[in-house]
Amino acid sequence: MTSETIRIRARRRRTTLTWLNTAAIAVVALLFTFPFLWMFLTALKPADEVFSGSALGSQLRWQNFADAWTLVPFGRFIANGFFVAIAGAALSVVVAVLSAYAFSRLRFRYRDRLFLLYVATLVLPQEVLVVPLFIMMNEAGYVDTYAALIVPFAFTAFGTFLMRQFFLTIPVEYEEAARIDGASRVRTLWSVLLPQLRAPLSVLGVFSFIGYWNSYLWPLIVINTQDKATVPLGLTMFTGEHGTQWNLVMAASTIAVVPSLFIVVLLQRQLMKGVSMGGFGGR
Amino acid sequence: MEVMTGTRTAAAGAPSAPATPRSGRRRRADGRVAALFLAPGLIGFVLFIVVPLGGSAVISLYEWPLFGSPAFVGLDNYAKLFGDPAFFTALTNTLIFAFVYTALNLVLALAIALWLGTRLKGAGIWRVVFFLPVITPMVANALVWRLMLSDDGALNSALGTVGIEGQSWLSDSRFALAAVIAMSVWQSFGYNVVVITAGLTSIPKEILEASRIDGTNPWQRLRHTILPMISPSLFFASTMTMIGAFQVFVQAQVLTQGGPGESTNTLVLYLYRNGFSFDRLGYASAIAWMLFVVVMLVTAVQFAGQRRWVNYDK
Repeated sequence: MTSETIRIRARRRRTTLTWLNTAAIAVVALLFTFPFLWMFLTALKPADEVFSGSALGSQLRWQNFADAWTLVPFGRFIANGFFVAIAGAALSVVVAVLSAYAFSRLRFRYRDRLFLLYVATLVLPQEVLVVPLFIMMNEAGYVDTYAALIVPFAFTAFGTFLMRQFFLTIPVEYEEAARIDGASRVRTLWSVLLPQLRAPLSVLGVFSFIGYWNSYLWPLIVINTQDKATVPLGLTMFTGEHGTQWNLVMAASTIAVVPSLFIVVLLQRQLMKGVSMGGFGGR
Repeated sequence: MEVMTGTRTAAAGAPSAPATPRSGRRRRADGRVAALFLAPGLIGFVLFIVVPLGGSAVISLYEWPLFGSPAFVGLDNYAKLFGDPAFFTALTNTLIFAFVYTALNLVLALAIALWLGTRLKGAGIWRVVFFLPVITPMVANALVWRLMLSDDGALNSALGTVGIEGQSWLSDSRFALAAVIAMSVWQSFGYNVVVITAGLTSIPKEILEASRIDGTNPWQRLRHTILPMISPSLFFASTMTMIGAFQVFVQAQVLTQGGPGESTNTLVLYLYRNGFSFDRLGYASAIAWMLFVVVMLVTAVQFAGQRRWVNYDK
């Protein structure tokens, strides 16, 4: 046997092991996604077959998706959810960029102490704040408004912290050159700094969007009409006087999961980068 | 990891400013510009974080109904809290949840992250799969688990086919908290897979190669090379996971409504119920402050303990 054939055999064995290993992780990953699969399969079952134990019902009832859409104003919840999440993400990003610029590029008294105070609130559970926030909203007449859903959670230190981390990775020389050419602070930030930060901006935007889209406790407290309800709140409205219509709940849940799926598929690299850079806000 | 270096750079950044007269002038000019840049964030930060935090403390000294006028009661709410068995049950459940969930979460995340680092195809794809439930709405995640774990649900019928008698996972107090923990671990550990993977990929290949040449087995390499080198990631992950764990609410609310009895009641669920179902906002604020204190204590203990096992020099 030549050394050549030994090498080929060794390589072939390694390839086989790689594929076996891949098959094993695929099985684990498939088991892991079973709840989503079950969600979808249940969404297609007739109501009386939800607990039949078999994976597929006697028919595939696509009609369930339409029924879920009309039983409660689910389209409205989705529109509300998108509006709140997009507005909230936009506000969070603007606030974070401006604050992070000050904390990373400007010199002023108490800067580091103030930043430390911001960072300290990263470990503050937001649940501690919901009672006083509700009382504030109530006093100001903002209960059951979009503003109450959007504004209070756009100022968490997380965004400022994350953006500052990214700002610090960019050398100041570019901006100094622009400043010498007479550009204003805002202009340097806008046309020199931000173009280099497209990826981090989308990371923060996506994180904030997800935080708002999935948020449950605060909407549960501050929203009391179907008119302003967001998706997670809407999902709990199928449990009514007729008991829970699980096939419709699962149809609605499937719809609610789709935007997250899109985000993961389209923006996976930014998400992974963002997570390893230091966390996730609203979870 | 990044958290630590970030603050360190911040501290190092300030004194390095050159002390020329020109920079002295600029410092003052910066102050005014900085005020403008900071204003939106700072106003919101004060209005929606600092004020509510202080407000929470004040409200906890009142008997404060949703509608009607508050009455000052001093420390009565706290006194009541310490005599309230439901509060202690919620506190105990939350502590058990936090520690068991965090431990399982990290062990699973580490195992999967290490596995994804071995020779296999499509590591990135599998990582995304495990990350998926992190960003899907928690209410939807919990609802499907409630369906699967119900008495005639998928789990019991699967167990039935292999001849094991099913259990009332959600309505039997022996299993309910475990079910809440299982669902929570499933939904969250993918996040730490990403965090730990970032730590693993930062280990220089030569170090592992060198230790392999020294004749170590995989277990020894894990124990004496890999774990110490990713300890900053593990520390970050365990601290953040633990803080998140104390906020458990949706899972308990949607899966079991805190039951059966009080067996899956948690601090945040109890806070929510007192504030918005039982009309006791003052009492709810006292619970909020207890939650805050517990989280601070646990985080402080973790930071104090990091010296013993976290290794920051490369």
